[in-house]
Amino acid sequence: MRQKVMIGMLALAAILLVRNLYVISVLPDEVNQGQIFRIIFFHVPAAVAAMTGSAVALIASVLFLVKKDFFYDSLAVAVTEVGLAFLAVNLVTGSIWARVIWGVWWAWDPRLTSALVCWVLYAGYLILRQALEEPTQRATFAAVYSIFAFTDVPIVYFSIRWWRTLHPQPVFFNKNGSFPADWSAALRLNLIALFLFYAVLTMIRLRQEQAQREIDYLRRTVHAM
Amino acid sequence: MSAVAVDCAGVWKFYGDFPALRDISFHVPEGQCLALIGRNGAGKTTLLRILGGFSRAGRGETKILGNSPREADARRRIGFLGHGIAIYDELSAIENLRLFGKLYGLANPDDAARRWLERTGLERVRDGLVREFSRGMRQRLAVARALLHDPAVLLLDEPFTALDDRAIAVLQSVLREALAQGRTVVMSTHQLREALELATHVALINRGRLAFHGERSPEMLSDPGWVYARYGDT
Amino acid sequence: MRFLRQAMVITAKDLRAEMRTKEAINASIAFAIVILLILSFAFDPSEETTREISGGLLWIVFTFAGTLVLNRSFARELPNDCLDGLLAAPVPGSAIFLGKALSNFLLILAVEAVALPVFGIFYNVRWTRQFWPLMLVQALGTWGLTAIGTVFSALTVNIRLREVMLPLLVYPLMIPMLLGAMLLTAQLVMGQPIAGDSVVWLRLLFGFDIIFTALALVLMETVLRG
Repeated sequence: MRQKVMIGMLALAAILLVRNLYVISVLPDEVNQGQIFRIIFFHVPAAVAAMTGSAVALIASVLFLVKKDFFYDSLAVAVTEVGLAFLAVNLVTGSIWARVIWGVWWAWDPRLTSALVCWVLYAGYLILRQALEEPTQRATFAAVYSIFAFTDVPIVYFSIRWWRTLHPQPVFFNKNGSFPADWSAALRLNLIALFLFYAVLTMIRLRQEQAQREIDYLRRTVHAM
Repeated sequence: MSAVAVDCAGVWKFYGDFPALRDISFHVPEGQCLALIGRNGAGKTTLLRILGGFSRAGRGETKILGNSPREADARRRIGFLGHGIAIYDELSAIENLRLFGKLYGLANPDDAARRWLERTGLERVRDGLVREFSRGMRQRLAVARALLHDPAVLLLDEPFTALDDRAIAVLQSVLREALAQGRTVVMSTHQLREALELATHVALINRGRLAFHGERSPEMLSDPGWVYARYGDT
Repeated sequence: MRFLRQAMVITAKDLRAEMRTKEAINASIAFAIVILLILSFAFDPSEETTREISGGLLWIVFTFAGTLVLNRSFARELPNDCLDGLLAAPVPGSAIFLGKALSNFLLILAVEAVALPVFGIFYNVRWTRQFWPLMLVQALGTWGLTAIGTVFSALTVNIRLREVMLPLLVYPLMIPMLLGAMLLTAQLVMGQPIAGDSVVWLRLLFGFDIIFTALALVLMETVLRG
């Protein structure tokens, strides 16, 4: 049953994505930027998806600590790993855009910089998990770290924004600026497509994690004999 | 009818999905001395750590004198002696005991410290740094630390293993005194005679399950492997 | 009240043990001086621009040297299973956190008290012009490092590669605080008072410290006793 849901979502995501790509490609070029503006339709939704993922990871971590159910731990790691991939998409697309528009691969734009710090934070989550062998301890400590990381995220955003207002730098797309109506629609639809992808990938990873737990259990049982 | 000192109800401990302890249920009335026996890896240490409040059971409840050992106050009445002596090398004997006296909220930590140093034959080295003590002296100091605060329940993890003769004698005398005062003792052991002599009851943990729990009988004393043969699996 | 007393007992114990061996503090001070030296080669102290950023460099020194102290914090409980002794006691995890955090705080401040004058000498900077505001920033920033560092010291104590994992996990979390501390310190070292725009950084440091101390107090029990 879950397999069917996954395939259904994947199909829907694929259809939406293809449709969006077509719509995006026929949009008229933006006056200042030329072709490259189209990257925003992936750059922004990827970030939104990643941020949502981190919120889900927080909830899953807290639920694990409260209920001690390993499903929540598997969910937390799945959602964080996929989120890290989406955040990487955000960073890479941002970097490409910066290279085309400003001629540099990296400028310390506040949003990109914050995204980078968040990426490092959640990469730390995965590194911590790797260093812990015993599953219950791993899940507990990872949950604690995830709570610390999530608490830090808004503080990171604010502090880096203030830091950048001290030395004004070229700012990325102002999302609240003059956004043509046809852009907003395409952006929203792509957001939905990416969310669907996120969900599917998370489910796949979740299944893998649960299979890993079963293997672990069997191995321990055998060793105990 | 004596009150229940240690109560374990349906305790499971999981490492991931693997149950290290399965559905352990038993209770120890006040004044008893329970010897926990079992092979290495059977779960004795895990169980003692849960009873001491260090570790969280996956399922089930434990109560020491009616309260969960996870509550700080309940641990006031528990004395724990684990594999490690839990004594600071850089402090002196009396500094160590004073430290624990204060942590356990004793009204007069200094008095209690001195009393126990005498009881364990360490009053002469009371200002000596533990780093310089011999092994037997450290073990005696560990016993002092565990009993300093007059705990009603004692949890001991293989206390007689690797003790020298003097330390064994001190520990046995201290435990006999504690039992005579109505305290409760739960100690895990590798069926050493010294431990079985003190025990009133015996429990066998096999592969995480409670395979046997009953009074200590003369057969057990004369043949420590008796319980294993009957209730263990090999 | 008992909570505070127990925390103090632990602080006193840690400090007494450290004063007997002086392992962590000696290593930490030596490390701080070595880093200051290396930074002096990396950024020429005789140039005016360097002196302007020097306050920021100071926090690199404090953070790295502070990590040595933090690592030791729970590592000192490993021999003889001393941590078990603490866990068996009727002391809640939050009291253990507070006690150890206080002792770490004082030890790291001691390292900073040596590093600051040495820095003043190497970089030829009169850093005492805004002395009390500088001390405030030192205290707030060091507490931020200590609060997070103490929790993670407990968390990493049994992990492989503990010495690497602790900084790896703690430094990214501390970035906002480091930003504020570096900016304010650079300013104060050059003699400019905290005013106008900079006040927001002071508020950030306060907020950061409060939020993470609260989180640490709540989660320490989980880290220690599962």
